[in-house]
Amino acid sequence: MTSPPLGAARATSTPRAAARLRAVLTYAASLTVALALATAVVTLSGHSAADTLLALYQGSLEGGASLGQTVDEAVPLLLVAVGAVVCTRAGLFNIGQEGQVLIGATAGAAIALSAPGPGPLVLALTLAGSALGGALWAGVAAVLHYRRGVDVVIGTLLLVFVAGQVVSYAVNRDFLLQESAVPGQILAPQSDPVPEAARLPRLGEYPDFNVGGGVFLALAVTLLLAFLLRHGTWGFKVRMLGLNPVAARRAGVSAGWIGGGALLLSGACAGLAGGVVLTGGVYRLQPGLADNVGWEGLLVALVARNRPLLAVPVALFFGALRAGGGFLASTGVPRYLVSVVTALLVLAAVFPAAYAELRARRRRGSGGGA
Amino acid sequence: MTDMLAVAGLILASAVRLSVPLAFAALGEYVAERAGTLNISVEGMMLGGAFTAVAGANLTGSPALGLLAGVAAGLAVALAQALFSHALTVNPYVVGLTLNVFVLGLTSFLAESVRDEPRQVDLVPVPWLADLPVLGPGLFAHRWPAYLLVVLVPLAWWLVRRTRWGLEARAVGENPQAADVAGVPVNRRRRQALLVCGALSGLGGAYLAVGEVGLFNPNMTAGRGYLVIAAVIFGGWTLRGALAGCLLFGAADALRLALPALGFDLTPQLLIASPYLLALLALTLFARGRGRRGPAALGVPFTRGIT
Repeated sequence: MTSPPLGAARATSTPRAAARLRAVLTYAASLTVALALATAVVTLSGHSAADTLLALYQGSLEGGASLGQTVDEAVPLLLVAVGAVVCTRAGLFNIGQEGQVLIGATAGAAIALSAPGPGPLVLALTLAGSALGGALWAGVAAVLHYRRGVDVVIGTLLLVFVAGQVVSYAVNRDFLLQESAVPGQILAPQSDPVPEAARLPRLGEYPDFNVGGGVFLALAVTLLLAFLLRHGTWGFKVRMLGLNPVAARRAGVSAGWIGGGALLLSGACAGLAGGVVLTGGVYRLQPGLADNVGWEGLLVALVARNRPLLAVPVALFFGALRAGGGFLASTGVPRYLVSVVTALLVLAAVFPAAYAELRARRRRGSGGGA
Repeated sequence: MTDMLAVAGLILASAVRLSVPLAFAALGEYVAERAGTLNISVEGMMLGGAFTAVAGANLTGSPALGLLAGVAAGLAVALAQALFSHALTVNPYVVGLTLNVFVLGLTSFLAESVRDEPRQVDLVPVPWLADLPVLGPGLFAHRWPAYLLVVLVPLAWWLVRRTRWGLEARAVGENPQAADVAGVPVNRRRRQALLVCGALSGLGGAYLAVGEVGLFNPNMTAGRGYLVIAAVIFGGWTLRGALAGCLLFGAADALRLALPALGFDLTPQLLIASPYLLALLALTLFARGRGRRGPAALGVPFTRGIT
């Protein structure tokens, strides 16, 4: 009597359990492969894998100072990633964050070094200006896309390299942002330090654990965008546009306003990240200020599978790797190793889901000509 | 007057020399983009090619074998890119980015291990022609692999425009759904096009290392891969346009190096940014013009089904 439902239940539950087990196993396998490759690289180049791991741990997680460093490194990554998530969800791929970070920092530096007024106001203006600068740089690509049909990926990618030269130009010209001359010193290609008042406060006066104020800004932006994306009308339109642009257009979603808006928003997030880097730790505009934050933020968004809240732990993980890499360099192992590990882990993290998708497609008998 | 001519000859020679590595990679990138894959991993392919070329030359003592090793490295990066973006469907740009990070990190990490005396392939001036007054040194006195371009350029053109494979690859780049219905294995063609790109980009990087420089330095390609992408875009996805782009960008680089010595004060930042600005300008002006349009499905991943 009871056997048919029981059998049915078993029939549905066993494949699901098997699929879950297979997912766990593929994750474990691909992570193992990545770590084995990383270990092989370290060992074959004549370093000790255990010492390297220890150094990475000490630089990122051991003690308050290291933890603070990890958080500080994670903040700009999170900002970039959340912007990238919104844009990707809208069906546009912005790849130019590295440039938007730089232009954001440039705009921020210009404001911080010239605006008079009380400190907090200057800081607010600086950060707002950074966001605006980043949005403007993304806006160039948006205008080219919607007016002239230039592909967003190509437009934003090419603008990255233009942005690098814009910054280089600005910090090499004394009438723009180059540091003011000190007699007897050679001028470096960098700006003056931003005034004390326009710097992000460092919070936490514990013995050694302190983090820049940017962390609250990044978390606030993340939570706000996550909420809007999930519950707001705007978020619904964004997701609809990304999932099915034709249906979205029929339903009255304007690709230009919503899609272009998402692109600008992601530029603004990247610009804000630039502003946070500038006012939170570097203090001077330098051509190397972005330091791959824009590129790595994109990787964070990919690994977080375009979920804003998931981007928080992923950004922290990447931040830990960056912080650990800084410490690793001081032990004599080139910090490039961290790039290798990062890339391997990214590929290991995206492989299982993509593989499961491929299996599902094969099983449905539509292999996509693979 | 003769001075002017001599200087012009020198700048021309420098421009051609700087554009040869770009040209190799641009041939490959042209094939790949025609098949609808936009792989920014071309930077990683070139850098990997440069590194393994030097490593291979050191191991075997033969720079020519180093070139082959460079081709192999380019192929390896292409294989990874193809696996992740056209067998699995991970976002091709992020895969390319990850591969670039990987290759840059790995080659810089290992750079110390290939410090050795410089090894270069032989300089082979074309007899008689290389002695021409102004043009000779620029056009007819190169390391021998550069002359491979004379064969490879027509070969790439023939492959894309005159073979069945090329027709299918172009169809896959324009309308993968239609190609699929017609029985063309879409993702397989894209993977094959990527492998062509990997081999040629690896060769380009290898030429840079064991042809021009003789050594490996961390990040020695320094964004040349992106320059190649800009050249293909600037050339409106035509072969001659892409090669013209390479030559133009090589000339901009040569000018940047030469002008300060000649006493001109031109903004170096503008010259460095000019390839990207020119590519953007070309896109903006010709985006809707006929014939200079990119492949319609460029960078759009293909999975079978209703889209």
